[in-house]
Amino acid sequence: MRIRFDEQLKQLNKEMINMGTMIEKSIGDAVKALMKQDVELAQKVMAGDEEIDRTERKIEDLCLRLLLQQQPVARDLRNISAALKMVTDMERIGDHATDISELAIVLSEKTYVKKLDHIEEMARETMVMLIQSLEAYVEKDLDKAQKVIAHDDVIDDLFEEVKQELIELIRNHADEGEQAVDLLMVTKYFERIGDHATNIAEWVIFSITGQIAG
Amino acid sequence: MANKMMIDDLNLYYGQFHALKDISLNIQEKEITAFIGPSGCGKSTLLKSLNRMNDLVEGCKITGQVTLDGTDIYRDLDVNLLRKRVGMVFQKPNPFPMSIYDNVAYGPRTHGIRSKAKLDQIVEEALRGAAIWDELKDRLKKSALGLSGGQQQRLCIARALAVKPEVLLMDEPTSALDPISTIKIEELAQELKKDYTIVMVTHNMQQATRISDKTVFFLLGEIIEAGKTDELFSMPKDKRTEDYITGRFG
Repeated sequence: MRIRFDEQLKQLNKEMINMGTMIEKSIGDAVKALMKQDVELAQKVMAGDEEIDRTERKIEDLCLRLLLQQQPVARDLRNISAALKMVTDMERIGDHATDISELAIVLSEKTYVKKLDHIEEMARETMVMLIQSLEAYVEKDLDKAQKVIAHDDVIDDLFEEVKQELIELIRNHADEGEQAVDLLMVTKYFERIGDHATNIAEWVIFSITGQIAG
Repeated sequence: MANKMMIDDLNLYYGQFHALKDISLNIQEKEITAFIGPSGCGKSTLLKSLNRMNDLVEGCKITGQVTLDGTDIYRDLDVNLLRKRVGMVFQKPNPFPMSIYDNVAYGPRTHGIRSKAKLDQIVEEALRGAAIWDELKDRLKKSALGLSGGQQQRLCIARALAVKPEVLLMDEPTSALDPISTIKIEELAQELKKDYTIVMVTHNMQQATRISDKTVFFLLGEIIEAGKTDELFSMPKDKRTEDYITGRFG
């Protein structure tokens, strides 16, 4: 029964995992480039964004084709519509990896005024959220998706903490104001990635329960 | 919404064959209820039980109760009166081999209406109700057999409406029609539910999602799941419902 449809759904799942792997690597590399002031790696991340965008369009195309051809209902409809929504958040995460990489290149010109411990912690926590949200999708794990949503508060708190540190830094090292502002933007991108991971987790919950968050 | 028809612990046998098992269901007034399920699941049998179309089937035995506005249709209601109140539209349009006018006037005439003015009024109202008056008003004396399939089906709906029923039973009313005629019947059904209670058997899932308020899923003579259409098609409670509506079996 519906062998071709099931194959197309498997293909959709495969493409989603593929895109998830790409953005996970992209963010991971952007963080590494930022911490190690590695320009080459930052440029690689930026170059890779095109492939992420292409995969997004491929997934959208597949979802629209499935909606048209298969007129899905129940779990099939929930899965396809969730994928269609998730892919937008995933693409934005890819964009933020590029944004962070662009700033990493700018920031590589000078040594950091202070160790980026809290930013690194924020990056790590964001990665945890992103990975868990993608795992929740692959494993259809409601519990994991709910944990991701709860974890967003950790990121928001860290953002506030880093922001205060950077204000302090500007106060004490007025001549390093530009670096502080760039770092603040980096942290804002991590905070946004946390929000996108939350959105992904909410769509995972929808695909499992049919309940739309909020 | 009030319950228009109530089915309580209905069992139906064709000889030894147990076709409907312990069916209990309420049909709500001025709503469209869709019956879905694989062929042979009992949905058409139940539909026919609602205006006693199974009475003439040899070896058919029914236990349990079906009520219309609280009156037991098998014990306390004359079958002719029941069929006046609960009309039926079939899968294949079946106009009588007579004029369009006479098709619609047939029911009222059998119920004793003879006045030409009264019949003219009923025919016009019924054809308007079936959204086909404008197409047919200039050819009322022409044979109904010359109409297209979609027009014939709407004429059959007009014929059913002419006796002013309260419930309309529709057995796959669009399965023999093209997409445009199908949409017309679906829109008509949406319009008719303002005044009538509609029960529709359909094999077309999309049709059930488009027009029905409630959906009932049948399997092997049993009701597996009944609920609001939106909920049943987005979050079915029973795995068998999910498997059927997503096309994994049936």
